[in-house]
Amino acid sequence: MDAIKTQQVTFKVFRFNEETDYLPYYNTYTLDVTHEEVVLDILNRIKWDHDGTLSYRRSCRHGICGVCSIKANGKGILACKTRLFDLVETFGSEIILEPLSTKRAIKDLIIDKKDFWDKHAQVQPYLVSDIEEHPALEHLVSPHDAEKLLEADYCIQCGACHYSCPALAINDEFIGPAAFAAAYRFSADVRDEASLERLHIVNEEAQGVWDCVKCMECAEVCPKEVNPIEKITKLHNMVFEANIAKNNVATRHAVGFAHSIEKHGLLDEGELVRYSEGNIGVLKYVPVALKMFAKGKIVLPWNMPKADKLDEIKKLIKSSSTVKF
Amino acid sequence: MEKLKYALFTGCTAKESTPEQMMSTLAVANKLGIELVELTEASCCGASHLQDYDDFLSLVLNARNIAYAEMHGLTMVTICNTCQLNTAMTKHRLDHNAELKAKVNAKLSEVGLEYKGTSQITHFLYAIIDDFGLDKIKEMVVKPLSQFNIAPFYGCHNIRPSELQNETHKGHENPYKPTSLDDLIIACGGASVDYEEKNKCCGFHAELQAPRTAAILTGNAVAGAMDANADWMVTPCPLCHLKLDTQTHHASVAIGREVSLPVLHMQQMVGLALGCSAEELGLKHHVTKVDFI
Ligand code: SF4
Ligand code: SF4
Ligand code: SF4
Ligand code: SF4
Ligand code: FES
Repeated sequence: MDAIKTQQVTFKVFRFNEETDYLPYYNTYTLDVTHEEVVLDILNRIKWDHDGTLSYRRSCRHGICGVCSIKANGKGILACKTRLFDLVETFGSEIILEPLSTKRAIKDLIIDKKDFWDKHAQVQPYLVSDIEEHPALEHLVSPHDAEKLLEADYCIQCGACHYSCPALAINDEFIGPAAFAAAYRFSADVRDEASLERLHIVNEEAQGVWDCVKCMECAEVCPKEVNPIEKITKLHNMVFEANIAKNNVATRHAVGFAHSIEKHGLLDEGELVRYSEGNIGVLKYVPVALKMFAKGKIVLPWNMPKADKLDEIKKLIKSSSTVKF
Repeated sequence: MEKLKYALFTGCTAKESTPEQMMSTLAVANKLGIELVELTEASCCGASHLQDYDDFLSLVLNARNIAYAEMHGLTMVTICNTCQLNTAMTKHRLDHNAELKAKVNAKLSEVGLEYKGTSQITHFLYAIIDDFGLDKIKEMVVKPLSQFNIAPFYGCHNIRPSELQNETHKGHENPYKPTSLDDLIIACGGASVDYEEKNKCCGFHAELQAPRTAAILTGNAVAGAMDANADWMVTPCPLCHLKLDTQTHHASVAIGREVSLPVLHMQQMVGLALGCSAEELGLKHHVTKVDFI
């Protein structure tokens, strides 16, 4: 049997009580930690041995209920699944424990997740299907069709991605990675009949998939490997396939790449902005463009470089394109 | 040591809005004795936007680019984080899905090409750290950057998703505490600055669709570096560079505070330390003036 290893770790824990405090503060605890302990063990020890008022959520202790997610040194984690030694290896022996969103803290590590559930509700996160009251048979889904969900159904609604998403932190309307993953999960289900409705919801500007900045943090942080950004890409594809993409700056920006590659093999940066924004919209970029031009950063149309063997690229675009806009 | 040799995928930016990135890549490779064979046949990788429109087409085009590196029998080196992500993601998907690979190869065969999966793909930053070696760079520094506090800006697409990225990086970068650029700054004799936004997003990819979000993210990044007393910033990604270097006016308006710092490409920083001239490194092509040289 392995000998039990221990290490001294200092914990700075976020404290705040909505009812009595104006501002949050941090309490520091120094504990000997063993290599088997997870963050939830530490929270329990602090609560049981040092300060009974420390508040946090816990339930299953098996990484399945999703309530225990918090941030450790800025990284979203499930407290019950994250070993202390792994955190120490990354961040050193001072570990900062905070709620997923300090703005939404109610008491210590507990937050008000209303915004998370509201976003979920917005995408109709359930199967919509007309079924008979007394069906004769079960509606079975073949393994092949189940694979189409891409494991989006593994989401435990812990909120780690939602509260780590930089687009959502700035833009309150943005639906966010977890709810997008849910939108995909039900729209990709062969039994569902509301896919088109959901696609319209995620296709709206500001709230929809177009406002994602593609930072990949939702894929990184998810403790269940749901990979929300992969589902966001799928939703983009489904919007084009369903032929409901609106003709706007966001869609033209995606489509513009295909046009440009077909013409030059490379991206024509200036033309992409003009095509996406339109002849009027592009005017707002003129001041920056002039500065860039003065520094030799703008290639004029007649000097646009071209990829060698452009005929190959053109041929492949012709034969491999799967959508139209 | 045997001479290092790579197939260079330049991406589009190096040919257009960041000529200085191309210049400094070649200058540094030359100093280090690294041979770069440019893949002149390569197309744009689609920058994560083409695949939103037509995922299969994006796979085919990226597989074609990799096929050219394979024909040279070389590891592909990228000089743009987003090129790295798209190309490495294509490789990962094709190498793990025989059916998809066959579908893509059916298309490629129409132009006499085949994707085999034999070439590795790595960003130039990791090529010089993993393959060339920081210690050797350190020995070659003639003009140490010892007067400067330098803020590393990693750029999302080199560090996330780490599971994919670490298939190629030997150093196993942790996206919550990345170290490669910090280590490179120190090897060049500079002091690396720690600040919250160093592993965050600059917003580049939503600049047209979500200009306010993009501007605030840029503003926060530059402000973070300034508040940590950085003299300048450094990045391995030309797209981050474009955002941080050319968009500070919008960013300042968006966050209600005047922010601006010179931003160098990782290659320019190494080039300076190795004694390359400002002209060789294209420092005059920056919008935010590089005023410390
Ligand atoms: S990739 Fe998009 S949805 Fe995911 S965290 Fe980043 S901005 Fe949010
Ligand atoms: S997608 Fe992952 S991180 Fe996001 S809520 Fe679901 S389980 Fe949590
Ligand atoms: S990511 Fe940018 S630079 Fe790289 S190939 Fe694509 S468009 Fe060009
Ligand atoms: S930091 Fe900016 S340019 Fe770099 S990868 Fe993220 S969004 Fe793209
Ligand atoms: S306590 Fe249920 S997921 Fe952690």
